[in-house]
Amino acid sequence: MTEGGFIEVDRVEKVFDVRRKTGFLRRERRQVRAVDSVSFTVARGEMVGYIGPNGAGKSTTVKMLTGILVPSGGRLRVAGIDPSRERTRLAHRIGVVFGQRTTLWWDLPLIDSYRLMHRMYRIPDARYRENLDRLVELLDLGALLDVPVRQLSLGQRMRGDIAAALLHDPEVLYLDEPTIGLDVISKAKVRGFLRELNAERGTTVLLTTHDLQDIEQLCSRVMVIDHGRIMYDGPLAGLHEVGESERTLVVDLERELPPIDAAPARVVRVEGPRQWLAFPAAESAAALVARVAAEYPLVDLSVREPDIEAVIAKMYADQAERVVS
Amino acid sequence: MRAGSLRLYAAVAAGGFRRYATYRAATAAGVFTNTVFGLILVYTYLALWDEKPHLGGYDQAQAVTYVWLGQALYSTLAIQGGGAEKELMGRIRTGEIAIDLYRPADLQLWWLASDLGRAVFQMLGRGVVPFVFGALFFPMALPNDVTTWVAFVVAVLLGMVVSFGIRHLAALSMFWLMDDRGVSQTLMVTGIFCSGMTLPLNAFPGAFGDIVRVLPWAAQIQMPADVLMGEAAPLGAYAFQAAWAVALLAAGRLVQSVATRRVVVQGG
Amino acid sequence: MGERSRLAEGLRIYRLIAGMWIRSLLTYRTSFVLTAFGNLLVTGLDFVAILLMFAQVDELGGWTLPEVAFLYGLAATAFGVADLVLGSMDVLGARIRDGSFDILLVRPGPVLAQVAADHFALRRLGRIIQGVLVLGWGLLTVDVDWSVPKALLLPVTLISGAAIFSALFVAGAAFQFVAQDAAEAQNAFTYGGNTLLQFPPTVFGRDLVRGATFVLPLAFVNWLPASYVLDRPLPLGLPDQVAFAPPLVSVACCAAAGLAWRAGLRSYRSTGS
Repeated sequence: MTEGGFIEVDRVEKVFDVRRKTGFLRRERRQVRAVDSVSFTVARGEMVGYIGPNGAGKSTTVKMLTGILVPSGGRLRVAGIDPSRERTRLAHRIGVVFGQRTTLWWDLPLIDSYRLMHRMYRIPDARYRENLDRLVELLDLGALLDVPVRQLSLGQRMRGDIAAALLHDPEVLYLDEPTIGLDVISKAKVRGFLRELNAERGTTVLLTTHDLQDIEQLCSRVMVIDHGRIMYDGPLAGLHEVGESERTLVVDLERELPPIDAAPARVVRVEGPRQWLAFPAAESAAALVARVAAEYPLVDLSVREPDIEAVIAKMYADQAERVVS
Repeated sequence: MRAGSLRLYAAVAAGGFRRYATYRAATAAGVFTNTVFGLILVYTYLALWDEKPHLGGYDQAQAVTYVWLGQALYSTLAIQGGGAEKELMGRIRTGEIAIDLYRPADLQLWWLASDLGRAVFQMLGRGVVPFVFGALFFPMALPNDVTTWVAFVVAVLLGMVVSFGIRHLAALSMFWLMDDRGVSQTLMVTGIFCSGMTLPLNAFPGAFGDIVRVLPWAAQIQMPADVLMGEAAPLGAYAFQAAWAVALLAAGRLVQSVATRRVVVQGG
Repeated sequence: MGERSRLAEGLRIYRLIAGMWIRSLLTYRTSFVLTAFGNLLVTGLDFVAILLMFAQVDELGGWTLPEVAFLYGLAATAFGVADLVLGSMDVLGARIRDGSFDILLVRPGPVLAQVAADHFALRRLGRIIQGVLVLGWGLLTVDVDWSVPKALLLPVTLISGAAIFSALFVAGAAFQFVAQDAAEAQNAFTYGGNTLLQFPPTVFGRDLVRGATFVLPLAFVNWLPASYVLDRPLPLGLPDQVAFAPPLVSVACCAAAGLAWRAGLRSYRSTGS
């Protein structure tokens, strides 16, 4: 193992055979390169955001890292283990949280799912109790342990799922959309916990997300994948530079009015009394809000953060421009 | 019913048809399974009618016809459940039914239309092949005149309505129960046995036979089969089927109004 | 990990997961009681159908009611055991479609054990109970010239039969890796096989019996050993010794099913669908 490379991905490929119907009985076989010669290393204790549009190869990579899928080519090691060959041995050292699919037992009290993990992973009793106590405390699960999972809110269930994935002390945690659909408070709780986990235990974390704030608040490093290739690998700040992004101010006015004039913000959409203003992400929203509020009859307003798709789209647009000029 | 709402229900039925038409592999698997079961049953019936010719008033060819008809109509009439009622149960359990109440359509007719669409697809997609297979490899008692075939199709359509009536009532029980497994299984037991899937109802002995032959399930396979094979006068069969259809739909309406009132009171 | 410790680990995981499903079901007590009772009833109904047939005739394919009951009991009990242990494997296709199958792959423990225990339903005990009752009644009423080999053959037949049906369930599950929507097709072999074996072989066409002996060796579940116990000629004119082949056949079936499962899982892990 090279030094520092806890996760090593070296020119890994995944090619799928796709059969498509082209006529009543005619089928066309086509090869799709879902992951195309991807290479990166993640050091022990790093927290990395892995982002990209749907179908970019994100989840295929994670599936190969967790041993679900066998790569078509290249070399892959997690903690020195080849995931596709030693799936079971790897399972003891990794934790996986699938954002939209709970691994908890729907009809049973939360604690029952943890007892199953205890025995399934053969976690020593003292270790299990210690880990459970700590996770219950950090994730604020005390009052929920005896509640059937089906009665938990989405945020509570996500916290429960994260605890389930960590009871066996995994060295690396894969999170797939850990904050999707959660309210603001739940998001904050989950993020706070992940920071603490990383600081306290040095757990390596790889997370895929659509929420740019997840990355902003958690990850020192981002990898962007699209069309099966790594497009960017570096700090988040650099990504903002690469794809200068914009935030949106949504304004509800008292009545229909001509487009608001508040440069550098520009109106991108008008729908009756509601207008959308785009402004550079780096600008202060407060200043803009104050200006609009002073000059226009406001009913309501909200600020929308740029999402990953927007940043990436911008990134491409800039790239294309550079190629042209 | 106004022309507009008729068009609406036709569209709902077409939607039900199309939805099932997309499951091609499942349809192929169903055709295969129904054919295998038909094959097994046909031999047991042949042995039975060999021992006792004219059992239940059928000759061997009629017994064979009955077997393949049963396989052809098995999923059409959702004999073991699994039609629109399955989805309705799910919507009641999750509370999504409250949304349905705001649709500009009659709740019962909506589901009936959707289930009829499904049934027609199942008849064409899953029923025809096993039946043709049976007709090719075994002697069957099929009519030569178009009128009897038309009369048979009408009986099948009425059977579809009765079948929906039974399953709709069962689904409505979800307003009071938490879990559908018990009800679904009861539906399956009664469906398979009382529709005459294991043995034609007219071959059931004694008083037991007299009872099953007047239950609503008799309207599902026995009646269409007897109309097809000229064992029952179409009008009499229709009267029996229509009477059950009306009774079940009326009961369904009553239960539905009681149940939805509960939903409205609880605020969904 | 050696094959033996893998097997032990598989059984341990199976017990753990099955236990969770039992506890889940017990949270709906009324429904559990209803379905357990319903299961007993639904499985009992195919025997009622046979009783109804015998209410009209004295013999079916030359076999009397006690003989058919003996046949039925053997098949139903063997099938019941396989159905209890592996009968819920048909949810695999749905798990692959909704993506939850991946969760099983990131857990320690053999995937086959995890899938086998998935949706474990204790209510399926009803089928075994019903099979044993009919078998017991058949044994009490049937006219058998008992000998030591015949008495020994009985438990061996039950175990082998359960293994043959289990192999069918596993092979059916493996097929779902290829065709996720076609779970119903396996019913033709599992439930269909069980229905087939509830009637004497003399009822069926020669080609069907050949197929059920040499292609899909269902005949070894009961037709062959039961014919020997009842001093009837074995179907297809097979020699009497063949009646003792069920253990060998069941081992071969399990091996074939194991290979099919591995091939299916390998194809899933290379295609992800």
